[in-house]
Amino acid sequence: MTALVPSEQRMANQIAANLAHVPAGQAAEMLAGHIERFWDPRMRARLVELVDAEADDLHPVVVMGAGMLRKSRKK
Amino acid sequence: MTLLKEPDFGTPERPGETTVSVEVDGLSVTVPEGTSVMRAAAVAGIDVPKLCATDSLEPFGSCRLCLVEIDGRRGTPASCTTPCSEGMVVRTQTPKLEKLRQGVMELYISDHPLDCLTCSANGDCELQDMAGAVGLRQVRYGYEGENHLDAEPDTSNPYFDFSPSKCIACSRCVRACGEIQGTFALTIEGRGFGSKVAASAGESFLDSECVSCGACVQACPTATLQEKSVVELGMPSRSVITTCAYCGVGCSFKAELRGDELVRMVPYKDGGANEGHSCVKGRFAFGYATHPDRRLKPMVREKITDPWREVEWEEAIQTVATRMRAIQDTHGPASIGAISSSRCTNEEVYVVQKMVRAAFGNNNVDTCARVCHSPTGYGLKQTFGESAGTQDFRSVAEADVIMVIGANPTDAHPVFASRMKRRLREGAELIVVDPRRIDLVRSPHIEAAHHLQLKPSTNVAVINSIAHVVVTEGLVDRGFVADRCEGFEEWADFVARPENSPEATEPVTGVPADELRSAARLYAAAPNAAIYYGLGVTEHSQGSTMVMGMANLAMACGNIGREGVGVNPLRGQNNVQGSCDMGSFPHEFTAYRHVSDDAVRAVFEELWGRELLAEPGLRIPNMFDAAIDGSFRGLFVHGEDIAQSDPNLRHVSAALEAMDLVVVQDLFLNETAKFAHVFLPGASFLEKDGTFTNAERRVNRVRSVMKPKSGKHEWQIVCEIATAMGYPMSYDDPGQILDEIAQVTPTFQGISFKRLDELGSVQWPCNVEAPQGTPTMHVDEFTRGKGRFVVTAYVPTDERTTSRFPLVLTTGRILSQYNVGAQTRRTGNVAWHAEDVLELHALDAENRGITDGDLVTLASRVGRTTLRAKISDRMPPGVVYTTFHHPVTGANVVTTESSDWATNCPEYKVTAVQVGLAHPLERHASEAVPEAVSATVGAGRVAGVD
Repeated sequence: MTALVPSEQRMANQIAANLAHVPAGQAAEMLAGHIERFWDPRMRARLVELVDAEADDLHPVVVMGAGMLRKSRKK
Repeated sequence: MTLLKEPDFGTPERPGETTVSVEVDGLSVTVPEGTSVMRAAAVAGIDVPKLCATDSLEPFGSCRLCLVEIDGRRGTPASCTTPCSEGMVVRTQTPKLEKLRQGVMELYISDHPLDCLTCSANGDCELQDMAGAVGLRQVRYGYEGENHLDAEPDTSNPYFDFSPSKCIACSRCVRACGEIQGTFALTIEGRGFGSKVAASAGESFLDSECVSCGACVQACPTATLQEKSVVELGMPSRSVITTCAYCGVGCSFKAELRGDELVRMVPYKDGGANEGHSCVKGRFAFGYATHPDRRLKPMVREKITDPWREVEWEEAIQTVATRMRAIQDTHGPASIGAISSSRCTNEEVYVVQKMVRAAFGNNNVDTCARVCHSPTGYGLKQTFGESAGTQDFRSVAEADVIMVIGANPTDAHPVFASRMKRRLREGAELIVVDPRRIDLVRSPHIEAAHHLQLKPSTNVAVINSIAHVVVTEGLVDRGFVADRCEGFEEWADFVARPENSPEATEPVTGVPADELRSAARLYAAAPNAAIYYGLGVTEHSQGSTMVMGMANLAMACGNIGREGVGVNPLRGQNNVQGSCDMGSFPHEFTAYRHVSDDAVRAVFEELWGRELLAEPGLRIPNMFDAAIDGSFRGLFVHGEDIAQSDPNLRHVSAALEAMDLVVVQDLFLNETAKFAHVFLPGASFLEKDGTFTNAERRVNRVRSVMKPKSGKHEWQIVCEIATAMGYPMSYDDPGQILDEIAQVTPTFQGISFKRLDELGSVQWPCNVEAPQGTPTMHVDEFTRGKGRFVVTAYVPTDERTTSRFPLVLTTGRILSQYNVGAQTRRTGNVAWHAEDVLELHALDAENRGITDGDLVTLASRVGRTTLRAKISDRMPPGVVYTTFHHPVTGANVVTTESSDWATNCPEYKVTAVQVGLAHPLERHASEAVPEAVSATVGAGRVAGVD
């Protein structure tokens, strides 16, 4: 871990790591739900931007979860 | 109110349903079986003369003043040690008793200085009172013989004097130190005429094991142990009942004044949290409230490099409002926010979050509880449905096994620790889960059955292994689980996996498997087992997971819903619980209701007359990130020193420097104020009017002992800022604010100033269903209905030790100091702790050529500081410890941004560090490592590195 990794990426990866015991699809839903519930909109947008930009070292569950966040934003 | 003196029944209450009836001086009285004759007499309104007896201590029977005659019995037994029996007929006043008592008093007085008129205790001396009560008219024995009148006083303690010439050797101080405080620092040394009170092995009070809780001073019937403030200022003449503003125990005190000057704080016997006990901070360390460092005038400056300019309130408030609005005009509504304080009252916190939501028009409000107990809120809400501890403090008296996890109550919550230690002395078993050998592990008359000395950051692995034993060895309370919980099977399957066995986790946790198995069996088999925990649980990357893990364990063993059990957070600051309850998290309104809940939001919108956002706002660490990226530019910091208390201070400083407006409201120009553009003087707890809610959900009144020295209450200032920003907020008094809180908060529905005056205090939920409050939660069902088991997989922290940073730093608090020390550093408590020190194991010291007292460097990948080394066998090899009470040390320069996955609570308890000898010319200093080089920085002059 370094301080230069964007906070949103570090935090989202950490949430994903803590959901590793759950099947990936369900983990992505839980991650998206958690982020919807606790993160400020600009942080969610920033995470989606990082995923869209295919930032390095993003947890696969974060990538899946960001897709759900993106859909949720469009609703 | 005049000086309040609580009645003293002489001996403790003996609760019980079986009663006996006796006659005392012709009056009939019925009392519980086991009650002393002295207490029965007091209940009947008859005061039997006494000196060695007081109802906070077990009877001792030494002073021989409380003699009585009992029909059918020979002699004159001591009424304090004689229990009542059915039909007993007692006489407390007879010629024979009068003569005996006068003889006893003559002997006492013959070795006591007759300086009553000039004595500091004049008017508050039980010896003086008893001389009158027994009708003493002469003392036939002169001072010619041997006496103690020339005994030298001990004035070493900063707060009280010990004058042995006035001592009557009643042992009340010695017994108070043992029975109430549980420290056993005092003793009676010598025999017969040579008997005298001694601290530890005849040391001065300051150098002894005395923890200055004040119990001895409270118990002393003469001026032998007397507050220096009483000696200096004189005996107080009036009392105000209020609540301590230090830790989350929330002790009730009588603030005793002489005129408008506070003379002393005396623990209140009717205080629900403390029941007459206190610690060195609450009892004595209040001098900061009148310290000359306090700033009492508002100040403003254009830039943080400009000098401060004192202004009138109107200008300061208008400056805040104008500049905040200007920021919003340029950068959008979400570009400003506020941090509320766990040191402030519920009413103050409520108006801060209301100002943010209604006047700022966003949800960018967070509380300093973010950095301590936010995982408690998350974890207990997920499992039990309520973000609060389950018990009252009294409950510990019913526990058979007490598991203390990541908490150090004797230092951080000393008054509760005394309750706990009393129960342990009565025979309850103790399990300590902590990397450090805290005092509770082994102290006078207490020894933990098991100390699970785990490696830092492995809490979740340990709790899963304990659960593994419970599940695989058939120790689950199947009936409780079946009736009251859900999700058990999935959880049980998880913890039963081989990788969660104690043998499998031992290499990770460092806890011997057999020791862990024994501890698990002890917890599970106990009729009542209770968990108490602190920041050693929450301040981890898996803080929330661990909270849920403890809740799982308690449910699996049926340890929820009655006295003696539960999952109990020991909150750090006085109003952590309250500040969380009051809706100061960015995603929740009061009572932990999410901002996206339309029905809840509608309640607030209707009352406040503003449309409110349904999206969560920024949490404190997110505010710092957003400040650095430029989207967050204005911050109101209410009573919190984030530039000292929050982790990775380089990052915090950069964020504060990046903002256009930082407003600090505080007693002192603290570290955060260095970055502020507006300083608003705050009110000390002695000036506040409102309520605090302690760790047991007890709402206590905080009453103004004196008027606000700045001329305004803090809630008024917040309201005036909101009003100046175009959202009118006004209340006549804080009671109106509490009424509004009750109106919008189901758990506070029945709470008002009037109700609190009637009940003394009350534990929420207090409403129609529970008008007297709720000491024990989840009795018949959980707040969420069924208790929910949550799978808690162990995920190692990202904060790993390396060859460059091979040690783990953990931080905490010590008894005499509090948080960032802003208060306690400005009191006599510095006598015990003048600077932060680094505790480390002898092996780690030897490997680095460090000896006790050396100045050493402490470096992590984000910062570096210097402080003195203290070699300590409390520490396991590989782990070092320090406090963050002094800004000169800046311990949080070293801690990192690593935080809890669910709540962003910082991982203060785990930082990879290196320690080395400092250069001989180096002085105390802390410095951040520039971000660009933080990943590669070394640790300075470290053995083996340079």
